[in-house]
Amino acid sequence: METVTTLLLAFISIVIVNNLVLTKFLGICPYLGVSGRIDMAFGMGMAVTFVVTISGTLTWMIDNWILMPLGLEVTRYICFILVIAGAVQLVEMYLRKFFPMLYESFGIFLPLITTNCAILGLCLFINLWGIDSLVEAVVLSFGAGVGFTMAICIMAGIREKLKFVDVPDCFAGAPITLITAGILTLAFMGFAGMIK
Amino acid sequence: MSSNENKVSSTLLAGLWKENPVFRLLLGMCPVLAVTAACKPALTMGFCVIFVLVCSNIVVSLMRNLLKPHLRILMFTLTIATFVTIADLLLKAFQPEMSTALGPYVPLIIVNCIIIGRAEACASKNDLLISIVDAISMGTGFTITLCVLAAVRELLSTGKIFELTVLPTVEAGGWFVPWTAMMLPVGAFVTLGLGLAIVNVICKKKQA
Repeated sequence: METVTTLLLAFISIVIVNNLVLTKFLGICPYLGVSGRIDMAFGMGMAVTFVVTISGTLTWMIDNWILMPLGLEVTRYICFILVIAGAVQLVEMYLRKFFPMLYESFGIFLPLITTNCAILGLCLFINLWGIDSLVEAVVLSFGAGVGFTMAICIMAGIREKLKFVDVPDCFAGAPITLITAGILTLAFMGFAGMIK
Repeated sequence: MSSNENKVSSTLLAGLWKENPVFRLLLGMCPVLAVTAACKPALTMGFCVIFVLVCSNIVVSLMRNLLKPHLRILMFTLTIATFVTIADLLLKAFQPEMSTALGPYVPLIIVNCIIIGRAEACASKNDLLISIVDAISMGTGFTITLCVLAAVRELLSTGKIFELTVLPTVEAGGWFVPWTAMMLPVGAFVTLGLGLAIVNVICKKKQA
């Protein structure tokens, strides 16, 4: 029972309180780049959730079962980025073979995910927070993906409305998006301190 | 020879304003937002990026003729990851407090779009000299931008720049009430948004 509560708290904390996009500034490029339309934002979010769950789990296993016993922590970053690139490639091949419909709908987003800093960032944070159980690492990875999807969908919803707003010339495009994002983080600040 | 010199000097200046990675190309936003709460970590981050950018551009430029096109990105990423590891270890050894302050944002240089973008757009097509000049120019442009944003945020949130008091705060007996919001994520987004808007205005003025 104790562990279930811990896992649930970890999940809520990574989705809302420690949201990677809004409090840790990770994955800002797709957050600003693909948040123009809500369906594209959702597609990106699903693809990221998929890859981040797989690579978060794999990097935890590699880190704890291979690198640490052998004292090879120096090569950690190289291993992590290789695992992520490999996971993206694997997911892409698997989807193309078995779920062609899903593959079609992900489209260009899959290869782009390799350079999404939310994924490498999460792998590094799992290591930094000293997570020592595999289940917790899996839950955190999945939660990070859900949190990213939520943030990018909220942003896309706002931006669809923003199209009809009369924005001053010099603010059109990226600047107004950044300021909107700032106000959104302010809203999420309300959750800070809810869970330690 | 003179055309070559022209190219060097124009590459050198491009990164500072015309192709400034942050304000004009919108590359590498994550560190820009994350480390600009104060000047010192911003400057440290800038130097790390310059180091990694110069080293990776040198290596990529030297091996540009040996690469198979489809393995290109993978090789770039591995090169960058190697140099980021070196930078991270150097930082841990000589600047331990900065290393803890920057935390995971140093290893995150690996996926910083500026570095892989320059490797792809410049170093894989040009000779060694131009690649090095380009790396220095882009890196300096990035560092200066980081420091400007960090100076604004640090000044408004604590009344200090580089930990030197500029505006005496109320607590210390002065008159300035610190804006705590500038230290929080919202300060990062809004400062960058306003910065971009100012740059847009200046560019419009220049064109007109």
